Amino acid sequence: MAIHYSEIQETIRMVQMESLDIRTVTMGISLRNCQDSDFDKVKDNVYNKIVSYAGQLKPVAEQVEKEYGIPIVNKRISITPIAEILGDLTVDQAVELAKVLDKAAEATGVDFIGGYSALVHKGMTKADQTLLQSIPRALSETNRVCSSVSIGTTRTGINMDAVGQLGHIIKETAELTKDQDSIGCAKFVAFCNPVEDNPFMAGAFHGAGEGEAVLSVGVSGPGVVLNALKRYPDADLGEVADVIKKTVFKITRAGELLGRVVAERLNVPFGIMDLSLAPTNAMNDSVAEILEEIGLESVGTHGTIAALALMNDAVKKGGAMASSYVGGLSGAFIPVSEDNGMIRGIQDGSLTLDKLEAMTCVCSVGLDMIALNGDAPAETLSAIIADEAAIGMINKKTTAVRVIPVVGKNEGDMVEFGGLLGRAPIIGVKPFSSEKMIKRGGRIPAPLQALIN
Amino acid sequence: MQKRAVVTVVGKDQVGIISKVTTVLAEHKMNIHDISQTILQDYFTMMMIVEMDNKDRLEDLLEAFERVEDDMNLTISVQLEDVFQAMHRI
Repeated sequence: MAIHYSEIQETIRMVQMESLDIRTVTMGISLRNCQDSDFDKVKDNVYNKIVSYAGQLKPVAEQVEKEYGIPIVNKRISITPIAEILGDLTVDQAVELAKVLDKAAEATGVDFIGGYSALVHKGMTKADQTLLQSIPRALSETNRVCSSVSIGTTRTGINMDAVGQLGHIIKETAELTKDQDSIGCAKFVAFCNPVEDNPFMAGAFHGAGEGEAVLSVGVSGPGVVLNALKRYPDADLGEVADVIKKTVFKITRAGELLGRVVAERLNVPFGIMDLSLAPTNAMNDSVAEILEEIGLESVGTHGTIAALALMNDAVKKGGAMASSYVGGLSGAFIPVSEDNGMIRGIQDGSLTLDKLEAMTCVCSVGLDMIALNGDAPAETLSAIIADEAAIGMINKKTTAVRVIPVVGKNEGDMVEFGGLLGRAPIIGVKPFSSEKMIKRGGRIPAPLQALIN
Repeated sequence: MQKRAVVTVVGKDQVGIISKVTTVLAEHKMNIHDISQTILQDYFTMMMIVEMDNKDRLEDLLEAFERVEDDMNLTISVQLEDVFQAMHRI
């Protein structure tokens, strides 16, 4: 069917003026067959497998973006959670393996490799423990490796012993990377109900239910949604949802087309489309500004949760119609440092940590890229993780915590992480202690919601 | 099915835009299937559907268009038609 003049114009406008892009194509690679009793062989196997599968990822994705005229911003790799192949290796060896991953990522030209991970939501194996202990060094001695730890699920409850350890791990990572504003913490996520096919960093890993290799796509486009809404300043909220739905439908279709072409050319199966609205620091590419366009003076004020719930749901509905294989996190991301509107909200005092927590009940992930005062105690960080995990566990959704206690910085200071990670105003944590609760340890039992069989 | 691409040209109206752009296409042996053009507030916009049987020539074509863009201060983009089909047709 012939394409109409105005439709061509719309697509061009979305790309050139409204920051429509494919946020990431992420290749998931299983490393399960890389195990060996000889550590040198493990390192060789891991490096060779990654490079042989993903060696062409970047050039192929770049060729496809050229042909279709839609930018693919990031090319990334996710791998089997490394704790699953660590076996009896030591902490030093685990760090060495992280460096091998870093080298493989560099060789393939991807910007991040995710999956330096462990799933410990119920209990911890010896290898899981080794991995957890190695995280601060692994993140400070590599550039492209991302790490995540699952500490809770709706079906298992929350492993509070692991949550307790994570507070210290985040503090130590912050300390080891204090020369760069504790940036190591920006590469670490604590998850409740993680998904196995998330293409977005820092939380991507290639789950146990996945095949040898798979290509998944994360689309984005807050700028496109924002501009679409600007054309309907007087629409009622039902119509607002409709505008978002239609816009996301188009974005998703473009993303799926490009993803399938890349997958076909790389000869790996297409996995899923993650249709998350992910902001960037580019002008107008902000989730907060969409909420403000819906009718809030400043993000974080009363009404924010309702607006976000409406938006998140409309994104899912539009995307679900556009692609048969919707997966990952699919919804809206609210990373503070990567969203100019969120940064402004905090500086203006309308957006607080408490409100951000509440927002995570109705959007796709959790507390993301939030800079905290450097002297926040480990137990407070653990308690923040526990709160988020509880929200995820009870609401049967993914929640995550990626906070950066920036060494030497206090509430009101500004930190620059640079690049995609952006910049963030420091938010102060509450001065009251959560130490006793965290020190109790143990496991928060699975909620009634788990008993669904 | 035959691969087709959409070429769009936007810029300040001036003499010779169509001539220069279509010359580049002819030099690359690309057939034009459809062409439409308007002027909106002094701005020239043109869209063409062209045959794109050999994607290997895309690189050369883009380079040639870059020179025209610089010469005449235009924005020219080339995109495979599939992306428009995906976005605007169910």
